[in-house]
Amino acid sequence: MSAPERERSTPVTDRSPWNWLLVVPIVVPLCTFIYNRGEPTLFGFPFFYWSQLAFIVIGVSTTTLVYQLTKRRG
Amino acid sequence: MPQLSDHYVQLSVFVVLFLLVSGMGFVAARWRRPDTLEHLDEWGLGGRNFGSWITWFLLGGDLYTAYTFVAVPALVFGAGAMGFFAVPYTVIVYPMVFLVLVRLWSVSHVHGFVTPADFVRARFGSPTLALSVALAGIVATMPYIALQLVGIESVLKAMGVTGHLPIIVAFTILALYTYNSGLRAPALIAFVKDTLIYLVIIVAVIVIPVKLGGWDVIFGAAEKALSATNPNTGQPRGSILLTANNQLQYVTLAFGSALALFLYPHSITSVLAAKDRNTIKRNMAALPAYSFLLGLIALLGYMALAAGVKPIGADGNTIVPVLFDTHFPAWFTGVAFAAIGIGALVPAAIMSIAAANLFTRNIYKEYLRRDATPQQEAKVSKITSLVVKVGAVACILFLDPQFSIDLQLIGGVIILQTLPSVALGLYTRWFHRGALVAGLVAGLVAGLWMLYTIPNPNTGRAHFGGSAFKLSELGLTDSAVTVYVGFLAVLVNLVVAALLTLALRAAGIPDGEDATRRSDYFADAGDPRVHDLPEITGEAPARSPA
Repeated sequence: MSAPERERSTPVTDRSPWNWLLVVPIVVPLCTFIYNRGEPTLFGFPFFYWSQLAFIVIGVSTTTLVYQLTKRRG
Repeated sequence: MPQLSDHYVQLSVFVVLFLLVSGMGFVAARWRRPDTLEHLDEWGLGGRNFGSWITWFLLGGDLYTAYTFVAVPALVFGAGAMGFFAVPYTVIVYPMVFLVLVRLWSVSHVHGFVTPADFVRARFGSPTLALSVALAGIVATMPYIALQLVGIESVLKAMGVTGHLPIIVAFTILALYTYNSGLRAPALIAFVKDTLIYLVIIVAVIVIPVKLGGWDVIFGAAEKALSATNPNTGQPRGSILLTANNQLQYVTLAFGSALALFLYPHSITSVLAAKDRNTIKRNMAALPAYSFLLGLIALLGYMALAAGVKPIGADGNTIVPVLFDTHFPAWFTGVAFAAIGIGALVPAAIMSIAAANLFTRNIYKEYLRRDATPQQEAKVSKITSLVVKVGAVACILFLDPQFSIDLQLIGGVIILQTLPSVALGLYTRWFHRGALVAGLVAGLVAGLWMLYTIPNPNTGRAHFGGSAFKLSELGLTDSAVTVYVGFLAVLVNLVVAALLTLALRAAGIPDGEDATRRSDYFADAGDPRVHDLPEITGEAPARSPA
């Protein structure tokens, strides 16, 4: 373990209002009252199953969006 | 019982693929070749220089283990909707850790941390707290390695291979190439493992539903099978939707498991091996591809119900191998079994490396030999990784495999207790080091007590029968609502840590020194303070002789 010696000029925060978007894919999959039902079905899948697989799309789009919006320039 | 004489084709394909990846494991020492492997940054972290693709395969191979692939469908087969918690769990985990892991990466690269306990040691200035975190990590990881053997055993059983010799041979080969190549071995093998798994599952979810008459038939048959009365409880076996009693369990289990996943030392090992912050962020966006795969794998449990699969003996973990064996041609079954077998090798290798690094950095170097050189550290880690694997095999050989399953259940609860010091520690030093140790112990005791009270009517056991704790045990309610033990245990931990922090501060007990600085948590590759490794990896164009 060596102690840091030099300061530098790059940003010193990860803060961004866009980060709050990450709350959506964390909270939605935990709300069982939204998806704990059988109808409507899709391709024979009860709602419970296809909706939770669809949450994966929400998760991927949100993290991708936040990554792109908060990427450090340069 | 399956007969070996009917499975020569499957076994041949399995053995050929297994030997192929073993060869890769040895060759991996020369992949992205370093000047020396005798350094933990090299042997234990693969040069700390993996890009987005390698990290995606490595983390995917690391987090989604062979045991997951057999146990999740087994749970769905046995209980229905409850087993599908694996999907919300692996959806929410990535947005949850998106910002946390980059902080851990930065501070670890500035200070050269190899383990989560290294970070805690520097952050709170407490070797005792670091030791607790390291021990929690080792104890939680050991049974997880043993469970990978359970995954291999399930496919061997389905091929009619009996006895323990094959497992010993497989793990000996694994131990040798991990010793030889370090983290590079699982990183290289992960490409094969993940490709095979994707191939097998995509074929399975297309072919098997066609054979069974479609998804509506599968769900219909599963619903019917699950509504049958379980003679042990007098209740239905399960249901394809959640009930009033298990919804809270579903949510807390998904949430608690998500909190725990990246506290496991093997997850952190793969994260620290990434070359920069963006590699991690991109992976948080790309890893849910495996969650989709896991969702499909979970549904194999319903396919098995619809196909009338009977587990071999009482071992529910064999339903997926049996399902494949009865619905695929022999050679493809061999490929599927190899996918599961190889799927066990990658996480087992990374877990043993992670446990070995914890021992080396936080026990050996801290307490036994303070002036250990990097070469000695690497040597100790390599030998420890062997010991860890021998221990895992011994667990399976000499103890009931059920014991490993119980231990892994406990392991999840144990590793969660490092949340305040590792995960919250990345954001705040508000907690007092003494309070964090006390909180960890309190959470552990509370968790063990709760697990102890849980019976399992199906196996007739009175204790350690699962992770669903009845709230009525606390006298809060008389309903049968259940909650995940780990979730409650970490709440106990946090409350104790918070109250004791206030008490210790009030009593003027001195706090530890913080060796990290605020800007350390944002440093990225290219920063002058981030350790530049090209001189040991031999990767950079401007390469200087070591």
